[in-house]
Amino acid sequence: MELSDSVVDHLRHVAALPDLTGTRYELESEIGRGGMGIVYSARDRDLDRRVALKVLDVPLSGEAQLIARIEHPAVVPIYETGTLPDGRTFYAMKLVSGSRLDGYIDGGASLAERLRVVRRVGEALAFTHNRGILHRDIKPQNIMVGEFGEVYVMDWGVEAVAGTPAFRAPEKQLNELSDIYGLGALLRFVLPTAAPPALEAIASKAMSEDPSSRYPDAPSMLADIERFEAGFPVEAWSEPWWHKLRRFGQRNAVLLLLIAAYAAVKFLLFFLRNL
Amino acid sequence: MNKIFVGLLLGLILGAIDGATSWFYPEARSMVGSIMVGSSIKGMIVGTLTGWLARKVNSTAWGIVAGSAFGLFFAFLVATISDVNGRHPYLEIMMPGFVVGAIVGFLTQKMGAMPVKKARTTA
Repeated sequence: MELSDSVVDHLRHVAALPDLTGTRYELESEIGRGGMGIVYSARDRDLDRRVALKVLDVPLSGEAQLIARIEHPAVVPIYETGTLPDGRTFYAMKLVSGSRLDGYIDGGASLAERLRVVRRVGEALAFTHNRGILHRDIKPQNIMVGEFGEVYVMDWGVEAVAGTPAFRAPEKQLNELSDIYGLGALLRFVLPTAAPPALEAIASKAMSEDPSSRYPDAPSMLADIERFEAGFPVEAWSEPWWHKLRRFGQRNAVLLLLIAAYAAVKFLLFFLRNL
Repeated sequence: MNKIFVGLLLGLILGAIDGATSWFYPEARSMVGSIMVGSSIKGMIVGTLTGWLARKVNSTAWGIVAGSAFGLFFAFLVATISDVNGRHPYLEIMMPGFVVGAIVGFLTQKMGAMPVKKARTTA
C-alpha cells in the first residue's frame, strides 16, 4: 500500500513531536522553529500555566545553563531544563505573548518606541557582557515585544547556524564587539526610511567592519542614542552647522518664541509711537 | 542654586535689559538709569514669585502663565505711578512686562534645583 506525500509528511511531523512522558508538561502546539531547535507551547500540569518548551537538536551548552541563572527583565526566565525520553534536551521558559520585532515594526511603532526596544536590548547585552556572556545572534527574529511593551531577547549563547548576514559581524571569532555589530544592525533595521542622520551614523559606527572602530561596549552606544533622544549632539556624527542650529532651535523653541514675542512687542510699540 | 534665587537673578538681569530699552524713547532717555533700577526691582519680585511657584508646581505652561500674570500686574503698578509727559505709559510698560514675566516664568521652570524632599521614617 502506497502512502500519499501528505500522509507521509503528517506521519513525519507526528513522529518528530517531542515525547513529554515523565515531564509535567502537556504539549499544545508548535509555535516556532530556530536553527537549534523547535519551540512549542505547552501546559505545566503542576502549576496550571502555559509555558514555552524549547526542544533542542543539540545538547545544552554550559553557557545556556548560565543564562538560566541570569535574572534580567529582558532575558526570558527559564523554569526548568531536562532531557526527554528520546534523549533530546529541552528547557521550559516563560511563554511570551506578543510579537517578534519585525511584526512589531510592521504594526506601526513610532520611532521613540522602536528606539526604546533597541535600548532594552542594549541594556540586556550590557548586563550579560558584564557577566562574560555573549548573545552571538542578535536579529529581529530573536527579539520579542510583549503585550505590555516588555522586551525579551531570545536564544542566548546560541551561535547562528545559517545566520542572517545583515546582522552577523564579519569577524570569525565572535566577542562582545560582535554583539555591538548586531545591535547596530538591529538599530538600522528598526529605523524608518527617512531616518535622522544621527541615528544612521550611530548604526553605521556600531556596524563598522573594523571592530576597534565600533562602540567599545553597549552602554556607550546606548548613551549616544539617549543623547539623540535628548536633542544633544551624538558622538557618531559630526553634524553640519545648519543642523546644529536647527537642533538648537528645536530644543529651545519655546524660549526663542518668547524672545521673538518680546522683540515683536518692542518693535510694535516703537512703530506705533512713530505713527 | 535653588529656583527662587534663579528667579531673582533672571528677573534682575532681564528687568535691567527691559529697562535699558527705554533709551530708544527720547522723552525717557534722561531717566533711563532710574527706569532700569525700577525695572530690575520689578523683575526681581516677579522672578522671586515665579521661582517660588516653580518649587511647588512642575509645569512649563503654568510657569509661563504665572510669570505673565505677575509680570503684567507689577508692570501695571509701575505704569500707574509713572508719569511721562503727563500720561501713564501703560502700554509701553505692561506689554513688555507681560512677555518678560513669561520668559522668567519659563526659565525658572527649566533652571534651578528643586527642593529635596525629606524621607519620612516611622522611627
